[in-house]
Amino acid sequence: MNKFWIMLSHTYMTRLKTKSFLISTIITLVFIVGLANFQTIIEAFDDGEDKIAVIDESNELFETYKQSVEGVNEEMEIVAYDGTEEEGKAAVQEEDYKALIVLSTNESQLPEASYYANTISDSSNQQLLSQQLQQLKVAIATQQAGVDEAALADIYAPVTFETTALDEAAKSQEELSQARGIVYVMLFLLYMTVMMYGQMIAMEIANEKSSRVMEILVSSASPVTHMFAKIFGIALLGLTQVTLFVGVGYYFITTKQDELTGGFFEIFGIQDTSPSIYIFAIIFFILGYLLYATLAAMLGSLVSRVEDAQQMIMPMIFLILIAFFIAMFGIGMPDSTLVVVSSYIPFFTPMVMFLRVGMLDVPIWEIALSIGIMIATIILLAIIGARVYKGGVLMYGRSSSFKDLKKAMALSKKDK
Amino acid sequence: MTLLLKDVTKRFGQHTAVDHLSLEIPTQEMFGFLGGNGAGKTTTFRMILGLLDVTEGEISWNGDTINYDKSHLIGYLPEERGLYPKLTVKDQIVYLGKLRGMKKSEALVELEAWLKRLKVPEYMNKKVEELSKGNQQKIQFISAVIHKPELLILDEPFSGLDPINVELLKEAVVDLKEQGTSIVFSSHQMDHVEELCKHLCILHKGNPVVQGPLRDIKQSFGKKNLVIHADFPLEFLKEYPGVIRYKKVMEGCELQIENEAVSQDIFTALPGKGFIRKFDLEEPSLNDIFIEKVGASYE
Repeated sequence: MNKFWIMLSHTYMTRLKTKSFLISTIITLVFIVGLANFQTIIEAFDDGEDKIAVIDESNELFETYKQSVEGVNEEMEIVAYDGTEEEGKAAVQEEDYKALIVLSTNESQLPEASYYANTISDSSNQQLLSQQLQQLKVAIATQQAGVDEAALADIYAPVTFETTALDEAAKSQEELSQARGIVYVMLFLLYMTVMMYGQMIAMEIANEKSSRVMEILVSSASPVTHMFAKIFGIALLGLTQVTLFVGVGYYFITTKQDELTGGFFEIFGIQDTSPSIYIFAIIFFILGYLLYATLAAMLGSLVSRVEDAQQMIMPMIFLILIAFFIAMFGIGMPDSTLVVVSSYIPFFTPMVMFLRVGMLDVPIWEIALSIGIMIATIILLAIIGARVYKGGVLMYGRSSSFKDLKKAMALSKKDK
Repeated sequence: MTLLLKDVTKRFGQHTAVDHLSLEIPTQEMFGFLGGNGAGKTTTFRMILGLLDVTEGEISWNGDTINYDKSHLIGYLPEERGLYPKLTVKDQIVYLGKLRGMKKSEALVELEAWLKRLKVPEYMNKKVEELSKGNQQKIQFISAVIHKPELLILDEPFSGLDPINVELLKEAVVDLKEQGTSIVFSSHQMDHVEELCKHLCILHKGNPVVQGPLRDIKQSFGKKNLVIHADFPLEFLKEYPGVIRYKKVMEGCELQIENEAVSQDIFTALPGKGFIRKFDLEEPSLNDIFIEKVGASYE
């Protein structure tokens, strides 16, 4: 056990000190800080409020229009312009105003407008301005037609469309969108983790093999100890990195709560979900990591050169990709047969079963069964992995095919 | 305190790498393993270390099987350099020392002493990849002996070193032996084994063709070498009864003869033919024995 910790801390410390690790961590942190301050950064480049000059030829639309536009977008300031249209255009060109709107009424007394700006690429502002005018027009038109205000309010009121799941255990719409958010986060996190750290494990082992230090290592500690020290050492490294990211992210979220809540968090529904889904997320995440990490370690032990490691872990990458795509597809139809079946295939379970748990009301025995299958697979893979590892670490050759897997197993086999 | 191999056989599929090898290596001895390429030396070492399982037979150290609980008693220098290229000598040795049950402080003290002894104290904080091959071998050697093992296995320890460094390492190895370490080492340089080992074993294609104390091996070999330097032609000795091999050299010839008696015959046959500058009866060299024994089984 003692050797396990020595190897684990060595893996952790040497990896922690590598340049590539430090650089990737710093880049991601900068990215997180950037994302958290997105609003501020956008505003920094923005020259404050957009002033829009309005020439009101009808002499009656201005006030209502100003109120309705400013009510929707605080950043916009509608200013009455006293000069002529030509002067107004000149003022826009000199960038005194963002745009010029000439309001008028047509023969049926309905509002119309012309919009002048240096560029007309900012479609969101134009849309907003035109929408508000549209509303104004509808109001005026209905008034002219003699429809009273109360009737108008009724027309505009949204239709009642209530969705109710008849199965009492089924999740409500609200719960579903929250679960969807967590499932997305979990899918991406697991995908990234397996991609990054799985690769790291395979590389690390291939590296020790190519430098032949492996022979010394396995003569001082058993290959199984070594394999798991690597897996957990890298896991600890990942934990450090993720903790750092989450910590920094959390700091910015709490300091910038006002700006951010209601935006990102509502979309992902992370605000108030039941704790059980988090527990499942953690269980499936840990098991998923262990499963893929063991596979990565096994594959890494088969190559003798670092360059071959990339090629060797392709099957692992395909597996996680397939799992990811099934899960992404399944998020829209979580009870399709494909999703149900693949949620029991151990390499897909952490993503697909978690998706089902999040989106549907899966009976507990099904979850237990899938977790059981996963644990069994991990143990099986660890046993095979340890044997492949024991033979593989001493095997040096040019090829890096799956024939080697058999060879490695044979090499470590005990003849009875 | 003996390393005992009993009828050890290792097969890889159809191929037999080591065939019924039995050895007894006493404490405080240096045991030489000789053999051509692919003779099974490294496989034997790996079996002793427990990296490979034996197909048949038993290996024991002081009566116990060797497992990872005993790894702090064993030192191993593999044939190929096995070090982390990107780590400094210090980090490297401390890590490997810790894996062999040392404390960091102990490892540092020992490392400093060893670097000094091998005349490379300035390498403490250098990365291994910056060192020359020979100097890497020194670091590799330190990693094998830093924890004062009771059993030291050296697979080709002197390869890649210049003669001065070979001497330096040889001295270190002899000192370790005097201090009580049992050493097994392999080489295909006969002179190193001849110089250092009292016991040896020659492996050929997994079979031990010769084994035992060096002196016994030489005596039982029977054949002797005879060196004659003379001013007259010696070609007639080629066909002389009892002469096995004739080799012409600048100043005369070197003969391999069946036994000592043949040299007496030759000695009486020579006078009157001319001036004899040298007549020397020598023990066979390990080289001769090796070529004879291993060469024979090639046929």
